[in-house]
Amino acid sequence: MERADPLGRPPAARRSSPWGDRLFSVLAHAAAWVTLALLAGIIASLVIGAWPAIREYGIEFLWRSEWDPVQDRYGGLVMIYGTLVTSFIALLIAVPVSFGIALFLTELSPAWLKRPLGIAIELLAAVPSIVYGMWGLLVFGPLLARYVQQPLQSAFGDVPGLGQLFSGPPVGLGLLSAGIILAIMVIPFIASVMRDVFDVTPPMLKESAYGLGSTTWEVVWKVVLPYTKTGVIGGIMLGLGRALGETMAVTFVIGNMNQLDSLSLFEAANSITSALANEFAEAGEGLHQASLIYLGLILFFITFVVLSLSKILLAQLKKGEGARS
Amino acid sequence: MSAVPTPLSAPAHDTRMAIFRRRKRVNAIALTLSLAAMAFGLFWLIWILVETVRLGVGGLAWSTFTEMTPPPQAETGGLANAIFGSALMVSLATLIGTPVGVMAGVYLAEYGQRGWLGSATRFINDILLSAPSIVIGLFIYAVWVARVKSFSGFAGVLALALIVIPVVIRTTENMLVLIPNSLREAAYALGTPKWKVILAVTLKAARAGVVTGVLLALARIAGETAPLLFTALSNQFWTSDLGEPMASLPVTIFKFAMSPYENWQKLAWAGVFLITLGVLALNILARVLFRNKH
Repeated sequence: MERADPLGRPPAARRSSPWGDRLFSVLAHAAAWVTLALLAGIIASLVIGAWPAIREYGIEFLWRSEWDPVQDRYGGLVMIYGTLVTSFIALLIAVPVSFGIALFLTELSPAWLKRPLGIAIELLAAVPSIVYGMWGLLVFGPLLARYVQQPLQSAFGDVPGLGQLFSGPPVGLGLLSAGIILAIMVIPFIASVMRDVFDVTPPMLKESAYGLGSTTWEVVWKVVLPYTKTGVIGGIMLGLGRALGETMAVTFVIGNMNQLDSLSLFEAANSITSALANEFAEAGEGLHQASLIYLGLILFFITFVVLSLSKILLAQLKKGEGARS
Repeated sequence: MSAVPTPLSAPAHDTRMAIFRRRKRVNAIALTLSLAAMAFGLFWLIWILVETVRLGVGGLAWSTFTEMTPPPQAETGGLANAIFGSALMVSLATLIGTPVGVMAGVYLAEYGQRGWLGSATRFINDILLSAPSIVIGLFIYAVWVARVKSFSGFAGVLALALIVIPVVIRTTENMLVLIPNSLREAAYALGTPKWKVILAVTLKAARAGVVTGVLLALARIAGETAPLLFTALSNQFWTSDLGEPMASLPVTIFKFAMSPYENWQKLAWAGVFLITLGVLALNILARVLFRNKH
């Protein structure tokens, strides 16, 4: 039996709403799928583009140091080495400094200074990388050569082993300057993640430690850091991901030379990103372009692994937080 | 328990005091280093900004905004075509990227809280957020530039739009999740369909946050160079045709700064100054906007 309807027919807008709901839901789902498709598309297009080089060299590409567009022979070792070494130098500098900044912001800073200082550090992250690159090339590089490289060369130049690390023309370009610029760039990323995870530590834990007479340093080193260690490592991984994939800041100061003859930190070198930035637009179709895309694929793979690790570690801290409190 | 603690023997007291002093010393050293680290971080920020302003303002002139990019060692010249190209590509990329990003953010917050599609999208989006931007350029090169056989402003727009999407998704989701559920429930109780609840209630309540995300995305792509290098390439002349290679501020700066010509370097500093000013202004605006609403 049909129900009596005291108000007559429902308003027209009512009837059309299921249709609106469906359309909106389809749009939202589609947008989410676009994101997934983007990743799949990037990987697929890189593999297809790199296929001639993959077929030619296979996995051997990773340790071939030859890069000769004239003879059409390629190998990625020089660039991979450059990318890894510059990122390593960057982390070596950035991790302790970021830790110090996070410690300062969470434990030491007076309350009224916390916000402005936090914002200043975050602004450092917002400065476009081309600004760092240009500043590194025209301002910082020459100073580094004059006040660091030359004294090091005159002090250790004759010491075997150590002297080779500092050889090279004093122009301030090379692995070390690229590493330092990268460090300045990733400090804000690592520092703000560390600050956020330090803030996650329950105040009860810290106050108990203070109550037992711990110094600030002991509280941070023995209570806060063990509690947040997965998050801290996640933050470092995030910084590493940034450093590995950074293009402009490195391209300006690394010198762009495909050589691996000297281990010097001051000798011009090359990284994956700078090789792509400098050569790709001019590379002819064929093996040269395919090899460059192969390098891009390797870079994407490495950063993908590093960033996934970072994400998983940070998520673990969040999960633990729920379980423990 | 005895009420009076037995006094320590003198040597035991001394070792305790020594340990205490050592702990104090370690603490003082650590805290000083932490202060030094903070100073170190601020030092670079200030140094870079001061140099950019000093050299940038020196290179700035009225002609920077009115004249085209000059040949090497010319007397005059400006960045007009590069500024125009950047503005055009950045705004179009934001127009394309924002709707997709907002919709995906809506999906994550309103539809896919649980379920594999939601968590997969969230995970991959976080990776795309920090993925090397030069790889995005390679991707657009492979799917667009290599197909149509020419570098074009439109390819640059596509590459930048792909960078906008993850930034907008992230902030949109974060902001929508902050909206209290009681607001949604109240709207549902009135018989509002879901799409209307999202558009008229939750998105509206999270408006300031979403706009903040768009501003941050704008700031991010305004300074991006790497994805434009082999999509939009560059152009010495004024063009508003998206089918042709198009000049942009970052790529022009890159070309000019690496050159040995003094007039080019001077213009590059002016360009860097403009970009830094714009990006920092956008960031500060985003913060102020966000804070006023919360």
